Order: sequence, then structure tokens, then C-alpha cells
Amino acid sequence: MNLVNIFIKAVFIENMIFAYFLGMCSYLAVSKTVKTALGLGAAVIFVLGVTVPVNYLLENYVLKAGALAWLGDDFAQVDLSFLAFIMFIAVVAAIVQLVEMVVEKFAPALYGALGIFLPLIAVNCSILGGALFMQERQYSNVAEATSFALGSGVGWFLAIVAVAAIREKLRYSDIPAPLRGLGITFILTGLMGMAFMAFMGIKL
Amino acid sequence: MSTATTAPAAKPAEGLFSKKNRKLITDPLNDNNPITVQVLGICSALAITVKVQNAVVMALSVLAVVVVGNMVISALRNLIPGRIRIIAQLVIAAGLVTLVDIVLKAYVYDVSKQVGVYVGLIITNCILMGRYEAFAMGNKVWPSALDGLGNSLGYAWILVVVGIVRELTGSGSVMGLRIIPESWYATEGGFYFNNNMMILPPMALIIVGIIIWIQRSRNTKLIEQA
Repeated sequence: MNLVNIFIKAVFIENMIFAYFLGMCSYLAVSKTVKTALGLGAAVIFVLGVTVPVNYLLENYVLKAGALAWLGDDFAQVDLSFLAFIMFIAVVAAIVQLVEMVVEKFAPALYGALGIFLPLIAVNCSILGGALFMQERQYSNVAEATSFALGSGVGWFLAIVAVAAIREKLRYSDIPAPLRGLGITFILTGLMGMAFMAFMGIKL
Repeated sequence: MSTATTAPAAKPAEGLFSKKNRKLITDPLNDNNPITVQVLGICSALAITVKVQNAVVMALSVLAVVVVGNMVISALRNLIPGRIRIIAQLVIAAGLVTLVDIVLKAYVYDVSKQVGVYVGLIITNCILMGRYEAFAMGNKVWPSALDGLGNSLGYAWILVVVGIVRELTGSGSVMGLRIIPESWYATEGGFYFNNNMMILPPMALIIVGIIIWIQRSRNTKLIEQA
């Protein structure tokens, strides 16, 4: 039950885009059509779902103060948490490379769909953000962290697909010239964020 | 994206603040602003602008990381193999951000608490990767430093403006200094209420949207062709 709660919370209440603005750059750049938005959204769910659990294990068995206790008593005092940023980003970059190669080898159709988006994802804030929130919120086991990761990914997916759909419709609207493109997308996202804030009242 | 991506072959006699070098600083302030024109580094720009103080700390952190990182990468540009350059850039960025994080924790602990994960997220701030990739990999150390400075100043002023608007309307103060007098507040018998909407995330987006609107209506060559 707890897993479902974490998932729902990550999708709606703590939505990566509307509550934390993570992954905004690619969200704004790739949301011109629904088709590309679907591709990038799927890639984000996938990469978050893989990297957050790996980073969770790294955090709890290597980096955290006292996390190395399983190596023996001599290591119980070691605190490597200052290495967290470098390790997390290295894991993200490495896994993105690995995922790219594996997908290319074993699922060429999926690679065709996700292909160009995968390298972009290494520098998508939502991936590193997922790892850092996981560290900050101290989930009690891997299952919870994974549930959080998938929820965040799905939330991001929903946000980018929704905004892409609205932008497709906007092409037929008469927007003031200086507001066209970027400006109206910001204001739109703000309005969507307000709508999403309605979920805040839900107690889980 | 940026007009400065082509590497200009600098003449040895060129002064440190020649016209071209000055342009590296002034261009990103308006015509090529990282936030409103290049659309880079939005994530952190919005999340930490509830208070001006946080915005200033964030802007200074980004400034340090972009300028130093640009110089380091520019100095190493001929040694970094093309295939792994993204990872090399990420590692340099992550190292610098770790330093910034430790410095913030040491000197401004309460701000560092509020800014939280967004310091770590400087690593994936697109301004960094954008400048490293587009400028530092192809230019000498000094122009790269100026380019980093210009872009982070362009980033900083947007952050500070959004921060001032949000703090003034949301909490009635700027940099923690009270602007709206206490006696005006309804709780003290006055007529004034803070606009609590302004400290919520969606308003940051709308304020940036309005800044873009104002900027583009004054600077019409930035208008996007639909």
C-alpha cells in the first residue's frame, strides 16, 4: 500500500515539472509535437526507473556515513557522502550509455523511437533530481525508491505530453507576437501547475 | 543557438577588453540571454526564487561554476577526446559543484538548507553544459572566462528580478528587509494581505513568461516565427 502511495504522490502531488521544475529545459525544447514528447517521456520513465534504484544502493551501501560497515568494523566510520554528486552523475551518464547500447542491440524498434533522446537524458535535471530527492527523503528500501522513481517518471511523462498537446492546438490561436513560442509555454505551464496544485489537498 | 559558437582566431595583439571580448559579456545580458532566449537553466531559476537572498546565492554559485568550469575545459580542450567529452564535462562540473556545496554549507548554512537539492542540480543546469560544449571546447581560456561571466550575469539578473517580484509581493520584503510596513497588515488592523500565490511554484513560471513578453516586445528581433 505504501508503495502505491509513494507512486501516486510522485505522479501528482510532487510532480517533477509542476512542483519542482525539474527537466524544464528539455520539457520546453521537445514539447512542440506530441509524438516527440511521447518518445522523450518514455525515455525519462525508463532511465529514472533504472538509475534511481542503482543510486539508492550506492547511497546506502557505499556513500552514506557508516554505509561501508558491511566491509568490516574498520570501515564503519567512513563517510563518503561528499562524493555523492560525482558518483550520482557518473552513474547516470554510464547507465544512459549502457542503456543506449543494450537497447540498440536487443530492441532496434525501441531504439528507433527513443534513439535521439537517450543521450539528451544524461543532462536532464529530472534524472539527477530523482537521485538527489531519493537521497534527501531517505526511502527505507529499494522497492520504495523504485516506486518513487517510476512515479516521478510518469508524472514527467504526463506533463510533457499534456503541454505538447496544448501547444499543438495553440498553433491555431492568435497569440500576441512577443509572447509566441517560449513566453506562452511558460504561462501555460504556470496555469497547468496551478491546476496540479489542487492535488496538494489529498492526504496519502 | 548562440552566435558565439564559431571560434574566432584571436590575434595576439588583441587587448584583454577588446570590443569582441566586451561583446561576450554584454550579449548574454539581453540579446542572447541564457534564460529568456537560449532557454537554458530554467529548472533552478524557478525553484529558488522565492527569496532574493536564495536567488543571489544561487546566481553566485552558478557564476563560480560556469566561469571556473569554462576556463578548465578551455584549457583542457585539446586533451579531451571527442567521444567522451560529455562525461568529462560532467565530471568537471560535478567536482566544482561539490566544492560550491561544501563552501555554502560552511558559510551560509541556512541558505544552503533552503536551496537544498538545487545546488546539486547545478551539475545538470543546461547553462553549464551549453557553455562548456558550445564555447569552451572551441575557444581560448580568456574569452571562455568572459563568456562564462556574461552568461552567468544574464542568468543572475533574471533570477534576481523574479526573486524581487516574488519576495516583495509574497512576503512584503526584499533581501529580508521589510518594504511593506507591519502596520498595514490586516492582522495588525490594516488593510494589506500578502499574495500567498506568489510564493507557490506556478507563479515563478508566469513571471518568467511575462519577463519574456516584455523583453520581446521591446526587442522585436527576438520574436519567434510561428
